[in-house]
Amino acid sequence: MKDIPARTSKAPAAPPSRVSRSRRRRLLRGWGFLAPLLVLNVLVVVGPSIATIYYSFTDWSGLGPATFVGLANYTRAFGDPRLREALLHNGIWFVLFLSVPSAMGLLGAYLLSRIHRFQMLFRAIYFIPYVVASVVNAAVWKMLLSPTNGIGHLLGEWGVPGIGDVAFLGNPATSLLSVNFVVNWHWWGFLAVIFFAAMQGVDPQLYDAAKVDGATEWQQFKAVTIPGIRPTLVFLSLMTVIWSLKAFDYIFIMTQGGPAGSSELVSTLMYKVAFSDYEAGYAAALGLSMALVTAAVLVVYQYLRKKGWEE
Amino acid sequence: MNATATSQLAQAPAHTEPRRRPGHGKRNRLGLSYLALVVLALFALGPLVTLVFNALKSNAQIGSSPLALPTSLDLSSFVEAWQRGNFGTTMRNSLIICAGSVVGSCVVAGLAAYALSQLNVRGSNAVVAYLFLGSALPAQLFLVPLFFLWTELGLTDNLLGLIIIYWATDAPFATLLLRSFLLKIPQDFAEAARLDGASEIQIATRIVLPLAWPGFVTVALIVALWAWNEFFWAITFIHDPNLRPISTSFLAFQDQYSTDWRLTSAAALFMLMPVVILFLALQRRFVAGLTSGGIK
Repeated sequence: MKDIPARTSKAPAAPPSRVSRSRRRRLLRGWGFLAPLLVLNVLVVVGPSIATIYYSFTDWSGLGPATFVGLANYTRAFGDPRLREALLHNGIWFVLFLSVPSAMGLLGAYLLSRIHRFQMLFRAIYFIPYVVASVVNAAVWKMLLSPTNGIGHLLGEWGVPGIGDVAFLGNPATSLLSVNFVVNWHWWGFLAVIFFAAMQGVDPQLYDAAKVDGATEWQQFKAVTIPGIRPTLVFLSLMTVIWSLKAFDYIFIMTQGGPAGSSELVSTLMYKVAFSDYEAGYAAALGLSMALVTAAVLVVYQYLRKKGWEE
Repeated sequence: MNATATSQLAQAPAHTEPRRRPGHGKRNRLGLSYLALVVLALFALGPLVTLVFNALKSNAQIGSSPLALPTSLDLSSFVEAWQRGNFGTTMRNSLIICAGSVVGSCVVAGLAAYALSQLNVRGSNAVVAYLFLGSALPAQLFLVPLFFLWTELGLTDNLLGLIIIYWATDAPFATLLLRSFLLKIPQDFAEAARLDGASEIQIATRIVLPLAWPGFVTVALIVALWAWNEFFWAITFIHDPNLRPISTSFLAFQDQYSTDWRLTSAAALFMLMPVVILFLALQRRFVAGLTSGGIK
């Protein structure tokens, strides 16, 4: 941006027609460099996305011809009890996924900011579950949550009542919460590291001023730390809406949405509709609806940012 | 930058301490902080450590005391899991996928980032905004038609087919990250070379892009990590057991030997260890990459 004046200052030396031609050539060159990225994106993302819009108005099975059915898929979605249940689960998922890892992340970050030694070590340890593959994390917790030799079984043997033979993943009452717990377990450390980095950016003088005013540590946390990292908090809260909608891996690996749909999310339901029920048209309508929710969140984000919460 | 901020924060309490009540309270609270941090660390790592324990124990021992330390060092589980799970093949597949994804993403994103930082392309702001917003869209939006398109093109059950998807899904992140590196390089370098008659592709590949090598290292690490761990696209597009990457082959292995936790744990470690070792060796780069643009 800053270099534009330097460049135009050369312009008067050359005749105007050459300038515009070289500028056009430069523009073409620029788009040439962008071409591989854009072609790939059109092929994999944009093209199929447009196809999704079209297919969402058809009864396409995934094979053969698609018949236009108007809004039938969308009216069907409104009356679909499976979808209603999945949306409720997404809501529960969102609330837990927003609150629990954030609270733990804030706690971890706050504790990290108070110590001097081993800071990097703890930071690395908290981050590790986030870089481990979902299939591995899911396998570990399948073992630990197993009723025959997991943690619950062990506690039962030690005499804790009522937990000895709970199949956390196999029981409709606990399946969703159990998978959510595992996702939160792998996620909070990532947030802790992000919050910790944000806390480093808070002006230390604000803490000194608060101390002079006699603020307790909890008051300092509320009055200095939290406002200091507010942009990070707002951004992550909004993204959490999107991530909650995208949640797929852990459910698919650990419960497949079961038992009896008790841990089904919109994403896993849509996958089943497409690849098990062969109702690609209906699946397209679900996928498009998810994307619209995501787009709405992004609009809110842009709006809030323009309003200046970042300052 | 972090380091200086940390040391400033660290000094602040030391200055004020003498003015306030001296003493034990502070040290106790510091001790409490460490205690809480250790508890959190055990919570984060404990479950993964049980994998190592279980891989070394017998199934009978796992059944009787699942969380206990192993009493013997029996490495046979690794050999057995490696052979039965055909991990030689699937790990090779994953290495091919990682290498292909890294090279392709670096080329595609490197060229794009060069244009977006050095060429003053009109409309580049719109492209940047699109890359940011587009990568937030759920895969469900384009999954179904993409699958049937890939089937038509013969790209399902095909490593290249999967790699192309990774190029497309990772390149926006890679482009934005590389662009942030390239924006720090003054355009005068490119301008000088241009006056010397160098072609634009020469300027990009010989002069400007090499200066952003730390960015390429970060991109390579993150893209490789994602390709290694990736599950959603792999399970949708690769069904042939001989073409599976390690993630979906591990899932199949786990389903097949669901009651044999000794073998499952050993297999999980094949997948886990390379990532953890690489992460510990290059921690800063991983954390910087994943927290900057890696929010996906």
